[in-house]
Amino acid sequence: MNFGFTEEQALLREQVRKFLDEKCPMTKVRELMRSEDGYSPELWQQMADLGWLGLTIDPEYAGVGMGWVDLLVVLEEMGRSLFPSPFISTTLVATTLTDVASKTQQQQYLPAIATGKTIATLALLDNADNPTTDNIQLNATNTAGSFTLNGEKPFVADAGVATLFLVAFRDQGQLYLGLVEREQAGVSTTTSATMDLTKRTGSLMLKDVQLTADQVIAVSAEQIGKIFDEGGIAVTTEMVGAAESVLEMTTNYANERIQFGQLIGKYQGVKHNLAEMYVDIESFKSLVYYAAWTVDESPAERPRSVSLAKAYASDAFAKIGTDGIQLHGAIAFTEEYDMQLYMKRSKWARPTFGDADYHYERVAALTD
Amino acid sequence: MDFEYTKEEEAFRSEVKAFLAENLVPKSEQNAEFLADWLKKVRQKRWVGFSWPEEVGGGDGTIMQQVILKEEMAKAKAPPLGTDWMGIAWVGPGIIQYGTEAQKNEFIPDILNSKHYWCTGYSEPNIGSDLAALQCKAVRDGDQYVVNGSKIWTTLAPFASYIFLLVRTSNFGDSDAKHDGITALLVDLKLPGIEVKPIENMIGGKNFAQIFFDDVKIPVANRLGDEGKGWTVTISSLANERSSIGEVTAMYEKLERLKNMVRETSKNGASAIKDQRVRRTLATFEAKIESMKLNGLRYLTKQIKGEPLSSETSVNKLLRANLEVSMSDFAVELLGTAGLQLKGQEANVDRGHWARDSLRWPDVVIGGGTPNIQKNIISERILGLPKD
Repeated sequence: MNFGFTEEQALLREQVRKFLDEKCPMTKVRELMRSEDGYSPELWQQMADLGWLGLTIDPEYAGVGMGWVDLLVVLEEMGRSLFPSPFISTTLVATTLTDVASKTQQQQYLPAIATGKTIATLALLDNADNPTTDNIQLNATNTAGSFTLNGEKPFVADAGVATLFLVAFRDQGQLYLGLVEREQAGVSTTTSATMDLTKRTGSLMLKDVQLTADQVIAVSAEQIGKIFDEGGIAVTTEMVGAAESVLEMTTNYANERIQFGQLIGKYQGVKHNLAEMYVDIESFKSLVYYAAWTVDESPAERPRSVSLAKAYASDAFAKIGTDGIQLHGAIAFTEEYDMQLYMKRSKWARPTFGDADYHYERVAALTD
Repeated sequence: MDFEYTKEEEAFRSEVKAFLAENLVPKSEQNAEFLADWLKKVRQKRWVGFSWPEEVGGGDGTIMQQVILKEEMAKAKAPPLGTDWMGIAWVGPGIIQYGTEAQKNEFIPDILNSKHYWCTGYSEPNIGSDLAALQCKAVRDGDQYVVNGSKIWTTLAPFASYIFLLVRTSNFGDSDAKHDGITALLVDLKLPGIEVKPIENMIGGKNFAQIFFDDVKIPVANRLGDEGKGWTVTISSLANERSSIGEVTAMYEKLERLKNMVRETSKNGASAIKDQRVRRTLATFEAKIESMKLNGLRYLTKQIKGEPLSSETSVNKLLRANLEVSMSDFAVELLGTAGLQLKGQEANVDRGHWARDSLRWPDVVIGGGTPNIQKNIISERILGLPKD
């Protein structure tokens, strides 16, 4: 029985934290937020060199061959410092290709991802609704085994910088994932700003895009479901780190701000609110740690575990985000104060890979 | 991460399960004779005081064995391992840690055999959450203390033979040094000058009491730990109660009962289990119970690794307090006017169980420190915010 991390994982955490503290402090985060692409190609390459981009990729394909519990450590630290990068998108494509792609496809794409040459992303859903295969509606035209895609995938994370898109579509009821490359004829993207500038999104436009049989993977609804679950874990793990930052910033503030002649941290209206934050963070942290463990070790438990974690975190972190602002007062409303960036992250994370309503209902359905 | 048990741990689990299969009978058949026999048998297994050292009669169980024992007992809904639960939970551990040989010999065997009930004298008429400000006075007179004052809300006092009593021996009225000057005494409730007056609670039970001490003479030999150090004795005795694994099993069982009730209850003309709000509420309970379970396992891991634990147990106490209140309230509301019935009427699907439950929660929620006190503990001891 060990619901904790190994020494290697503790070292990995230390490495990631040091890297982000040194190379991407808040001043750098803000610079990247305002940049066109929203990430640093230089840091991306360094992350590849450190093995993070191939963390879950098999050593046969230039990866490190670790699992979801190792990813936890990296994602938690990225959340803590609001690190802007297409890491989640690329990682989810990597884990999916490892699960469902052919050897040839893995050989073609995984080393490029692990070495930082390819930024990849998911283009699964056709609307802003929750992550279910019902919301995959794009139909392909099938001519003798080669598919033609016409349509638009909205709300594609990191659409502006990805060079490989894993596009979900249907043909005669069968679900497929298409490996669509940016350079292909008929592929274009638009980007749009959301309230959290550390997280980028856009649309993927597909106009008569031809996919050869090599670019297509037939998948089951369960296999797609696993991608959604892994997305939920990734987002929730970042929420843990980000929420802990909010708690730390706000606790520090409560320990130095004086009003009515004493530290505001002495008032129960303030300190109890912070204690509630702590209880919630501890709880959704435990839930998501376990959910991440189930991915590789206990798949049957995964759907329920993921939904419990994402449901709890979605509402709790939203409250932590707004409480963090409120406990600071007007200073937190300013552009220059970092607290507002965390609140925006809580807004971004809430619906991403399913909101609390969706996930609680999924728990109810699973345990009916 | 690894949620496997070792071979030895699995073997121990099998031993517990086999014992339960052989010895446990359905609740309806658990008469006085069975319960007396049960206590003897679990005592023979050394599962009472299972974490205590062997030389005092304990079981010397490892942390994981303790967890497994609690979990299997809770799963099987077995009767408790002893009726003297305060003796087993913290008075015994306190005596083992701080007691003299004479005290160990006098009290530990009886606690292990559930011979009496112990109760715990903390709160006073004017002293509740601010426990360290207690004023019940003990004055040294030769080889005895003379105690005057009162304790209140003392759970089990109407049935108890002994009380773990906190008194003040110095620093009277000095609120800056209130934690010093508290002394712990092990007191026979039959001593002259002690009067126990039961208090009726809101469901008609008389489980707690006010106790009056009028020139009660208590031998110095019955002092636990040093004079003036009772606060430390109390805190470290209570620290023995940290695993919440048994509670989690009980909470899951309660959720199952709640779901069964929901399935059989109609709301707006259909089974309530189809109602969106009901489904969501049940799932939020499940998320909190699962959180308690997993938080407990994380803290257990720390304990096994010998990492320092602060006041993390307050996290699960708060989650549980919230669940205790909200689950029974939810049930009663869902049952409509039938939910208000206290006894087994036809109209009431659960024979008043949830109605009584919705009035019983203060036992758990207030007993070990109110939710607001738990929040103080978390914010001060874990987050490092200033004291009130």
